[in-house]
Amino acid sequence: MELINLTIDNKAVKVENGTTILKAASKVGIKIPTLCYLGLDDLGVENKPGGCRICVVEVEGRRNLAPACATNCAEGMIVKSNSMRVLNARKTVLELILSDHPSDCLVCAKNGNCDLQSMAQDMGVREIHYQGEQSHYKEDFSPSIIREMDKCIMCRRCETMCNDFQTVGALSGVHRGFQAVVAPAFEQDLVKSPCTFCGQCVAVCPTGALTEVDHTNQVIRALANPRKKVIVQTAPAVRAALGESFGEEPGTLVTGKMVTALRQLGFDYVFDTDFAADLTIMEEGTELLDRLTRHLNGEENVALPILTSCCPAWVNFFEHYFPEMRDIPSTARSPQQMFGSIAKTYFADMIETKREDLVVVSIMPCLAKKYECQRDEFSVDGNPDVDYSISTRELAALIKQANIDFDSLEDSDFDQPMGESSGAGVIFGTTGGVIEAASRTAYELFTKKKHERISFEELRGFDGIRQATLDFDGLPIKIGIAHGLGNARKLLESIQDGSCEFHAIEIMACPGGCIGGGGQPLHHGKSSILLARQKAIYAEDSAKPIRKSHENKYIQELYDKFLGKPMSEKAHHLLHTHYFDRSGSDIVIKKD
Amino acid sequence: MEIKTMKRVDIIFAMEGVDPVKVVENAIKRDQDDIILDMIDSGLKGRGGAGFPTGLKWKFTRNEDSLEKYVICNADEGEPGTFKDREILDRVSEKVFAGMAICGYTIGAREGFIYLRGEYNFLLKKLNQKLSVFNAAMKKLGLDFVIEICSGSGAYICGEESALFESMEGKRGEPRNKPPYPTVSGYLGKPTVINNVETLVYACMINRLGAEEFKALGTKDSRGSKVFSISGDTPNAGIYELELGMTVDSFVQEFGDGDTKAVQVGGAAGGCVPRKQFTDTVIGYEGIPTGGSMMLFNSTRSMYNVLHDYLEFFTEESCEQCTPCRVGCQQLLMGIEMIKRGERTPAYLEDLKKLAKTMKISAKCGLGQSVANPFVSIVNNFKEEIIY
Ligand SMILES: Cc1cc2nc3c(=O)[nH]c(=O)nc-3n(C[C@H](O)[C@H](O)[C@H](O)COP(=O)(O)O)c2cc1C
Ligand code: SF4
Ligand code: SF4
Ligand code: SF4
Ligand code: SF4
Ligand code: FES
Repeated sequence: MELINLTIDNKAVKVENGTTILKAASKVGIKIPTLCYLGLDDLGVENKPGGCRICVVEVEGRRNLAPACATNCAEGMIVKSNSMRVLNARKTVLELILSDHPSDCLVCAKNGNCDLQSMAQDMGVREIHYQGEQSHYKEDFSPSIIREMDKCIMCRRCETMCNDFQTVGALSGVHRGFQAVVAPAFEQDLVKSPCTFCGQCVAVCPTGALTEVDHTNQVIRALANPRKKVIVQTAPAVRAALGESFGEEPGTLVTGKMVTALRQLGFDYVFDTDFAADLTIMEEGTELLDRLTRHLNGEENVALPILTSCCPAWVNFFEHYFPEMRDIPSTARSPQQMFGSIAKTYFADMIETKREDLVVVSIMPCLAKKYECQRDEFSVDGNPDVDYSISTRELAALIKQANIDFDSLEDSDFDQPMGESSGAGVIFGTTGGVIEAASRTAYELFTKKKHERISFEELRGFDGIRQATLDFDGLPIKIGIAHGLGNARKLLESIQDGSCEFHAIEIMACPGGCIGGGGQPLHHGKSSILLARQKAIYAEDSAKPIRKSHENKYIQELYDKFLGKPMSEKAHHLLHTHYFDRSGSDIVIKKD
Repeated sequence: MEIKTMKRVDIIFAMEGVDPVKVVENAIKRDQDDIILDMIDSGLKGRGGAGFPTGLKWKFTRNEDSLEKYVICNADEGEPGTFKDREILDRVSEKVFAGMAICGYTIGAREGFIYLRGEYNFLLKKLNQKLSVFNAAMKKLGLDFVIEICSGSGAYICGEESALFESMEGKRGEPRNKPPYPTVSGYLGKPTVINNVETLVYACMINRLGAEEFKALGTKDSRGSKVFSISGDTPNAGIYELELGMTVDSFVQEFGDGDTKAVQVGGAAGGCVPRKQFTDTVIGYEGIPTGGSMMLFNSTRSMYNVLHDYLEFFTEESCEQCTPCRVGCQQLLMGIEMIKRGERTPAYLEDLKKLAKTMKISAKCGLGQSVANPFVSIVNNFKEEIIY
């Protein structure tokens, strides 16, 4: 690689050809502020429209200032990142952004977590010199996401996530000039677009323009209602990220504190979605083996590969873009929904509570789950299996509102019977985890042998698309894994055109799987945070006494006492679902 | 300083003794590098506004190592007050085609496109007829070069070269980050020469007449002649080809109505020259450059209204990508309105000028960068009209 020499603020720097000034500067410890730029290097995602112009620097010999994020270094370049000319221009640019921005900080969902706000703080803005008009747009409420485009700064990060990374294409620039806005086609509402509610746009939005629908008030009301029993489930990825909202290092596991906090919030039972993940494995693993055995017996018309179905954004995606393939995903419901379904039957009976008096709250890293729990097929006589799905961020907000000093909490354990899980249930939170969990069980059911190694390291990693072949006692099982819907699309297309063959495929919509979910504490463009969370998930798995779903004794008990066996009629009724062709239709929402 | 007096020229529209196909035929007998040397020697600079030396542009593109290259004729003509490209295409389109073909031969491109402003679709039929004849003639000459027309989407910003490529590629017309420049990465990411309609005709004519004859016209920094679109308070509105290097005064003497108080040179994105600067301002790259638009204003005009119109135009036509332009145009517009209404003191004009100057150095493309031209020149010279 050709090396290039330049100086930035009188410091000599040597970089590879093709490096931007921004990256070269950070190499020598010079921080150049950015707003629109987003570089998730571990995911190959880059947004650099050169739009905000906050990162401008002086390059000797150029008439105009250059955006550091989008300008490559050249041999002999002399860059000044801190001259008066630069600082004045940046401040003017920031004041312009603020002049078109509502000053709603104190009541904004992003207060304290907003890139624009911290930029104004860092630059010491005390006055906005230029004032004229602010642009106004109608607000857009979907089941998962609120678009409040008055707060949009046109950084286009959401577009990059939605169009390039997810290949959903729900968002793009419409109109020109001051009236321009990022919106679904024809400025329709999100529900009329192919949006999957993955929330990746929300996860990268630097302002309060895109936020999740906040259900914390409904949860507080339910908790305060003496006639209701309120139970909560927490998804695996939550415990690996919640700590970040309280100043912990990324990758700090806070499972025990989280359980204590939930108890202090007043939940009657604190359960674990991981329990339901184990249940998912029993159903999905059995379904896989069933299809596999029939296939090996020469039966035709067996739909293979089997695709995982625990990610609701992925479900929305294939219902919209690949409806013709909707017979191949597993019919198993997601862990969130399996939990709700069992909670409102098995568990409700156990505590002798009517389904209407039981409120199921789930804490999810995910915004798509908000929509999922509102789907018609997941309710009985209008009563949903899961009443409210709130994000990791919303849980952090709840804890703060309740004045709980999170740092000083003691650890405590989940309640039973729906709080016990194996390590397999835990790794659902990261890419490759679901299929590894399924393999741990399927291997033993299929070969009738113990898998001594327990884990399948060959399924782990962070590459967007991965493949591995597992040895099921002489039978090679081909596994595909994708995270990010763009990668999923590629994988599906390779199956459709016959260039790839798999027995089973795991797909997660979010980068890194649920650890990078749209409801997690914001990563502010640091993809290394996702890797730290992934590590934490595997650490929790290793520390578990039980590592395989079928060895979870509460799961065994559930089958013995209630469901019979996996894929029984009852299990079918309670734990499986079917999919729709939504290629043409709008998303139907129920009113809250 | 070298100064010329106003002189009419007839190169662009002249057809007598000019057979565009023949010009191409002669050109392709020559070595490509010789053509480039001639083009550089002629001193021709782009007539689309930015004024980049055309010979160098061709040279850079020729030097790129790529199997695919493109020639694009920028016929988006969106600058307010400009209507010369329409006339050229209507009257002497074969000369435009010939310029493109010579360029294609020189740089090693096999395809050329004319990006035609949406409003000029009425020319389509005629142009396509002429093109099929011309394309056939090229084939007969053995030149592997075909021209197609691409209909524009109607936004001013699509005239900016990189936004034009985006638009041709079926995307939203938004300027790209530069560098890389089109000579390296243009249409479809391939090396591309993009020239204005008029530039291409001069390219054809330089090949026909020789660099010397072209170079004999104009000044050191502004060689040759140029087509002007003259409008506003003038008894002689229309299209004229004039030698470069005259003063605004000499121009006004010919085209003014005797009461000219200001000339807006170069369209909305250009600068405003007030009467007191007429004699000292040369029309050309050493003075005030122009893509061809000349708007004359007499004493009955309110320069506030003129500036207001321009700002409205920019506010609407900004592509929205970058902050300085998207928000800056709007706040400049609101700013002068507030001053007019007395909601802000006249001192605010100084803040606005600073804003405009910041836009000049920080906006992403020529649109936002050039708003300061009309703003600062009008505000500086007609302050009273803006305030009261
Ligand atoms: C906002 C904007 C609009 C432009 N519109 C045109 C146009 O309509 N026609 C044109 O030839 N050049 C236009 N340009 C200039 C082009 O970007 C480019 O410089 C030109 O086509 C190059 O051709 P030339 O070298 O022959 O002048 C525009 C530039 C900007 C910034
Ligand atoms: S939620 Fe996902 S699919 Fe929907 S707009 Fe955002 S990024 Fe696109
Ligand atoms: S909605 Fe958010 S992410 Fe999208 S362009 Fe606006 S500010 Fe940026
Ligand atoms: S990957 Fe996980 S967080 Fe993301 S949409 Fe799917 S289930 Fe939700
Ligand atoms: S200067 Fe204006 S037109 Fe150019 S990129 Fe910026 S917003 Fe778009
Ligand atoms: S961060 Fe570079 S232009 Fe926005």
